[in-house]
Amino acid sequence: MSEKNVLTGAVMVVGGGISGMQSALDLAEAGYKVYLVEQKPAIGGTMAMLDKTFPTNDCAMCTMSPKLVDVGRHLNVDIITNAEVLGVEGEPGNFKARVLKRARYVDEDKCIACGRCAEECPVKVPSEFDGGLGTRKAIYKMYAQATPNAYAIDKTKCLKFKNPKACGKCLKVCEANAINHNMEDEELELEVGSIILSPGFEPIDPTPYGEYGWGIYDNVITSVQFERMLAASGPYQGHVVRPSDHKEPKKIAFIQCVGSRDVHRGKSYCSAVCCMYATKEAIIAKEHVNGLEATIFYMDVRAYGKDFEKYYDRARQQYGVRYVRSMISSVKELQQSKNLLIRYLTPEGEYKEEEFDLLVLSVGLKPSSTAKKLAEAVGVELDEDGFCRCDEFNPCSTTKPGIFAGGAFVAPKDIPETVGDASSAAAQAARVLAEARGTLAQVKEYPPEKDVSGEEPRVGAFICNCGINIGSVVNVPDVVEYAKEIPGVVHAEEFLFTCSQDNIDRIKQRIKEHNLNRVVVASCTPRTHAPLFMASIREAGLNPYLYEQANIREHASWVHQDNPEAATEKAKDLVRMAVEKVKLAKPVHTSTFEINRKALVIGGGPSGMTAALNLAGQGFSVYLVEKEPQLGGNARLLKHTIDGSNPQKLVENLSGQVNEHPLVEVLTGTEIIEVSGYLGNYKTTVKTESETKVLEHGVVIVASGAEEAKPNEYLYGEHDGVLTQRELEARLEDGMLDGVKNVVMIQCVGSRQEGRPYCSRICCTHAIKNALTIKKKNPDVNVFILYRDIRTYGMKEKYYRQARERGVIFIRYELEEKPEVNAVGDTLEVKVNDPVLNRQLVLDADLLVLSTGIVPRKDSEKLSRMYKLPLNADGFYNEAHMKLRPVDFAADGLYLCGLAHSPKLINESLAQANASAIRAVTLLAKDRLESLGIVATVNEKWCKGCGLCVNICPYGARVIDENRNVAVVREVLCQGCGACVAACPSNASQQNGFEKQQILTMIDAAIS
Amino acid sequence: MSVPEQKMDSEFEPKIVGIFCNWCSYTGADLAGTSRIQYPPNIRIVRVMCTGSVDPMYLVRPLLEGADGVLVSGCHPGDCHYGTGNYKARRKIAMVKEVLKQFGIEEDRLWFRFISASEGNKIGETVSDMVKKLKELGPNPLAKKWQT
Repeated sequence: MSEKNVLTGAVMVVGGGISGMQSALDLAEAGYKVYLVEQKPAIGGTMAMLDKTFPTNDCAMCTMSPKLVDVGRHLNVDIITNAEVLGVEGEPGNFKARVLKRARYVDEDKCIACGRCAEECPVKVPSEFDGGLGTRKAIYKMYAQATPNAYAIDKTKCLKFKNPKACGKCLKVCEANAINHNMEDEELELEVGSIILSPGFEPIDPTPYGEYGWGIYDNVITSVQFERMLAASGPYQGHVVRPSDHKEPKKIAFIQCVGSRDVHRGKSYCSAVCCMYATKEAIIAKEHVNGLEATIFYMDVRAYGKDFEKYYDRARQQYGVRYVRSMISSVKELQQSKNLLIRYLTPEGEYKEEEFDLLVLSVGLKPSSTAKKLAEAVGVELDEDGFCRCDEFNPCSTTKPGIFAGGAFVAPKDIPETVGDASSAAAQAARVLAEARGTLAQVKEYPPEKDVSGEEPRVGAFICNCGINIGSVVNVPDVVEYAKEIPGVVHAEEFLFTCSQDNIDRIKQRIKEHNLNRVVVASCTPRTHAPLFMASIREAGLNPYLYEQANIREHASWVHQDNPEAATEKAKDLVRMAVEKVKLAKPVHTSTFEINRKALVIGGGPSGMTAALNLAGQGFSVYLVEKEPQLGGNARLLKHTIDGSNPQKLVENLSGQVNEHPLVEVLTGTEIIEVSGYLGNYKTTVKTESETKVLEHGVVIVASGAEEAKPNEYLYGEHDGVLTQRELEARLEDGMLDGVKNVVMIQCVGSRQEGRPYCSRICCTHAIKNALTIKKKNPDVNVFILYRDIRTYGMKEKYYRQARERGVIFIRYELEEKPEVNAVGDTLEVKVNDPVLNRQLVLDADLLVLSTGIVPRKDSEKLSRMYKLPLNADGFYNEAHMKLRPVDFAADGLYLCGLAHSPKLINESLAQANASAIRAVTLLAKDRLESLGIVATVNEKWCKGCGLCVNICPYGARVIDENRNVAVVREVLCQGCGACVAACPSNASQQNGFEKQQILTMIDAAIS
Repeated sequence: MSVPEQKMDSEFEPKIVGIFCNWCSYTGADLAGTSRIQYPPNIRIVRVMCTGSVDPMYLVRPLLEGADGVLVSGCHPGDCHYGTGNYKARRKIAMVKEVLKQFGIEEDRLWFRFISASEGNKIGETVSDMVKKLKELGPNPLAKKWQT
């Protein structure tokens, strides 16, 4: 191979929000080196600012912080903060990126994030992170869980940069000597094979909307500010209060579409997330303030995503959030009360006024202010709205080969779509670099492990001062003396900073000197630092699980600052608890096992074929099983997308590729009849007309699709003039519009009502697509669309506008007043109550087209039983986590994509398909799979084989060995929750690192 | 636990054993630290991966051995890292409370709370409230018996 063809097994990911983090983790796990380039001093992006997330009201930081830790700690992810891409040269496989890394003025490696510098810093500035509601200092950490966990100096605000002789207070208090005002900017050159761009979005500035009074009236805030207000860790500690008088509001209003769906002053597109985040904020606010009234002023409620409609229903029915369809005419502040008087126009044409004491503006999303510069530096094109131009049927691929885009850089989108796209972009990059996988990824090497079995515990206790963070409150020398007296402790010592490299080396030295076989560090939280210390003792030849950490900073010195005596006593107790626990610690050896590297993809539509091709492109063999005789799924019946691409060509192209690819075995006309095995080693029995055979594979991607719902109302099947949107699409293709003068379409047929409560997401777009085709063919045909809310979310909004411009007439109806359809010979008569005119309209229709929505496949229950896949209430498959694991099932090795997940457009399905492929590769790329350390174990002598643990395990990691009648743990599936330990009536179950005796000993130590 | 303990009820300092899940409440207690939220020093927190792993013994034993209260804290409903461990804990604790009554231990000595990773302030408030409540209840009667 010539040198030119050697690909670089590294990827640069630009933008460290949830999108960039996901791309980075997927690639690093799949065997690539990743440079995560972030413009701010910490990664986390917008999601870190959120209080809760819709539609589950999950706490954003709770779900996100494990990912922050994973990214921060990953051996193959280099986080480069305060950085900007200056330029990119080269070609796919071999790019050179020039990156400017601005000086942080704080050494990340030395900073221990104690915050003393910020306490001393005299410069207060509004905090961007808190939307200006709170303040930060000139030296600051963006947020509590910031990664990297280090402070940074805002050069524009620091006094010392204005006058070198001034201030310097931070320097005096920094015990770690981490601050250096002379640090210089650096220019880095990164050699990477591919690039992923995910600079995210920014909220639209509401200043131009003077009529809403933001920046003028005290009690008008943006949704971003409100989010920070709701956050327990925010500037108001989660108290909902009016900025003017800090009193709890009684009546709060939200105005939707501020800056969105506005051709003249704002953005013409729909921002896709505001309806749901306003709903969420209204619900959470009502939970915070007893008796709060919340009103949302809107145009259409776009609850189009998975489980969104249910959330919207709950907001109205359970929480009493009031939704008012309206146009806002003005907002005035009342002088005395600082309340806001909102004047609005109802759909019936009436003006109304109502007083509120707090107004939240639901501001839309716009491209990040750095997007344009980044696009120029990298050489990719943006669209007319400033988002990244991507190929509809090749999701995440920019106009420049080898460079991909993820997240809200491509279009406004919610978190699950962002995470899915981020994985999709990673999948695309990994496909380009398949040959170079593993070439630059590092693997940690350790010396042989010392056998300590049979030895009496010899514990070393290292007590940290953490500069003065612990030492200024807790009497550390006293704790050291105390520790020395605890039976089993053979050495105790204090350190200024235990985590500094010289002291880590000292710990290793003490292990040798004193022949220690257990180590306790009393310092900060084990959540962030235990991995470091565990790795360190492993480097000294001890099993990493012979370690315990006492948290005497977060749980003692920092929370009992005014009570040094009690804090010291508590620190002693915590050290004793840790020592007693570690004395019972046993070495833990993770088990590794071989896996079958073949994948099974179920479903041969565009999703399944795309997933199969991505896997094959990355070098993995795939079985592609389709139960129909031909590939293509639903896409075979679609003629064009609203953006103008041709699904027929897509199917032709994909099926050609899968049929030709040597690593893909296509099995059409094939049904799955039986499944055995588990992660890494599945045996799936399939049946064709002629034979039955067993497929052996390691992972499964479910891309089994969904179906168009068939209506049972509005004379469907009884009158020739009544058809579904898909049937109309076929008919339009054939040009059969002769003699048709009036077309009436009814939306939400069978959807968003009892029996099928969810929204099918695509029907509004589908109807408008067909309406535009009709108007294009013959502008004289009248098209009426009877709708409840028009849900042309995101960039599809422009087609809604086009349709209105071209004369398509939209008439709204309420669920309680559905249209009435009667046959009149060959034609039909549709009666509908027009709320604008407030009278009944009678429309003559030559064609009545029903938008019927999407329903799960009838056989999904069967598949769900065989692979133990959860279904949601609507019958679609349930992913592991709605927000952050959109294409994973809860059990490892099982993934999903496309319509099987929920209704969606083709390009959205394709992105999920790629995403599911890279998620699978994160397993398949490993030499062997390794279990967690903290897995459950079974003492077979005591196990009675009752099976309680089998039932309680959420991961299918417990089975009964029928021959011996004992429970066994499939270690690779166990996630270490310990539920089985608590469930076991015979004390036969234990969890490594959290054995019952260890916990009880700690408890005893705590109260003795 | 070496919290100063005196005969007078007004000077009584309750001993609390905390059992917190790794993902939400323990992280929340860390946040209380980072945010410098001050609360009474009466609690010793034991970290478990999930409240779903809490064995009834973890609750009964400290109360029999003389702790004045046990505070179990996990993720909010729907937020459990492992799906439903917090619900399992909730059921178990309801059961243990019934058992405790049989021993003559007030059920208010055993608290179960949902505290998320972002609720550092709630950690502080909860511990303060519990200390206050336990001071009202006075020392654990079982501990008293053994000390006399």
